[in-house]
Amino acid sequence: MEKRELICIGCPMGCMVTVSLDDGKVCEVTGNTCKRGDVYARKEVTNPTRIVTSSVRVNGGTYPVVPVKTREDIPKGKIRDCMKALKEVVVDAPVKIGDVVLKNVADTGIDVIATKDNEMHDVGRR
Amino acid sequence: MKQYDIVIVGGGPAGLAAALEAKKSGAQSVIILERDGELGGILNQCIHNGFGLHTFKEELTGPEYAARFSEKVKEEKIEYLLNTMVLDISSDKMVTAMNREEGLFEIQAKAVVLAMGCRERSRGALNIPGYRPAGVFSAGTAQRLVNIEGYLPGREVVILGSGDIGLIMARRMTLEGAKVKVVAELMPYSGGLKRNIVQCLDDYGIPLKLSHTVVDIQGKDRVTGITLAQVDENRRPIPGTEEFYSCDTLLLSCGLIPENELSRGMGVEINPVTSGPVVNECLETSIPGVFACGNVLHVHDLVDFVSQEAAAAGRHAAEYVAAGEDKIFNEKKYVIVPKGGVRYTVPSSINPAKMDDEQVIRFRVGDVYKNRYTSVYVNGERIVHRKRPVMAPGEMEEVKLKKEQFMDCPEETEIIVTIEEA
Repeated sequence: MEKRELICIGCPMGCMVTVSLDDGKVCEVTGNTCKRGDVYARKEVTNPTRIVTSSVRVNGGTYPVVPVKTREDIPKGKIRDCMKALKEVVVDAPVKIGDVVLKNVADTGIDVIATKDNEMHDVGRR
Repeated sequence: MKQYDIVIVGGGPAGLAAALEAKKSGAQSVIILERDGELGGILNQCIHNGFGLHTFKEELTGPEYAARFSEKVKEEKIEYLLNTMVLDISSDKMVTAMNREEGLFEIQAKAVVLAMGCRERSRGALNIPGYRPAGVFSAGTAQRLVNIEGYLPGREVVILGSGDIGLIMARRMTLEGAKVKVVAELMPYSGGLKRNIVQCLDDYGIPLKLSHTVVDIQGKDRVTGITLAQVDENRRPIPGTEEFYSCDTLLLSCGLIPENELSRGMGVEINPVTSGPVVNECLETSIPGVFACGNVLHVHDLVDFVSQEAAAAGRHAAEYVAAGEDKIFNEKKYVIVPKGGVRYTVPSSINPAKMDDEQVIRFRVGDVYKNRYTSVYVNGERIVHRKRPVMAPGEMEEVKLKKEQFMDCPEETEIIVTIEEA
């Protein structure tokens, strides 16, 4: 039996939650003081996911980079691969909020999209 | 000289929300003055997600949250000037500003909304001993360099202070390939939100050392390392606990200070606890017709609450202008006294005639409390007693007061907001 310790992020209380795992299956959650802790802990040990935010290079924009995010959360274990893939991406201005800058990042099936406009250099007021 | 009904100083989340709500409340002539090259303020460099959970019921990044508001400002054709620095506001609301196109100019306002935001506490203000090499940045400066200017300011990083920006930058610089060795916090508890500790430090195995501070910075041209030491309960370094960390960068995330030079200049009364203006239920400062909202008023954790607060300030500014010569001066003023662990309240007084049907009172506590109650007393009678499983200085609290509870109160009424044991 494996035990994992987590801090619940459901509220400022920050309960120390212990999850007991048997063969990868959750058999007990203790330490939580409400139901949210249970839900969070189960998801966190079986399938932790995160939205990844970063920035990518822009050619000819008002700013040299544009912020981006994965459209949905991706498995936590894929964060490094996602960052690696984004390092290689360069897009041309203008970039519009919501534009896809990279499809299916790190084989997650999730696209990476721009989260801000970046106009052509001569249009933008720098 | 130009004339506007409402001049809003600052085009960040507070200024944008104030402008939109002022317009919605009937104000016709509104202008936002912004010193940066675009609207949105500091949200533009906060590219992480988690904004707007309360307002939009979804998790947006900072720039996306800002865009929701700046697009609306453009749709509503609310005027704004970028790259425009406000230099002075007189007590009779003459705003002096300058920009490249118009040089120095004046705007006479009927009402002013102060929405200048805040600034990070600097190394000088922290009195950290040691050399003064390059490589010491405020966390927000590093955030701007990485997320807007597009370069990484260091490879081996130590962060002093566990404020939210510092935690966010620990993750951001790690993802960009830097090694964040440790985050040190002077206090025995973190100043940041719990979710940021978990998702920015724990996720990446970055240690958080509570009750620790930087006692020396080494390096002549560039930082070569720093020395951490544990501190006692009086926050004095304990001899013998020093530990050296080699690094090329030290980030400081040690608190935010409302930027009130303009407010002070015009004679607005400042609360020494928040470093922001003293305001009444309308978020109106000690000068009638001058309102304050957002981080210039008191530093917030969540932008959603900034937007809510700023909307109220914008609405009250519009009401103030609309009342014109017929302003009814009902000067009944019930002072709110913070006690027993409550450090301050915003607003710090209410006028029952002008307060909202449900008036939000925001406050911060001075320590970590578990299983306590937020209580409100009016002339000795307890009218609110709400259980709070946990309260911490890093998380803003609120309590709601109902207008009907104050309608029959005598002239001399005292309101106490306090923390009580069960």
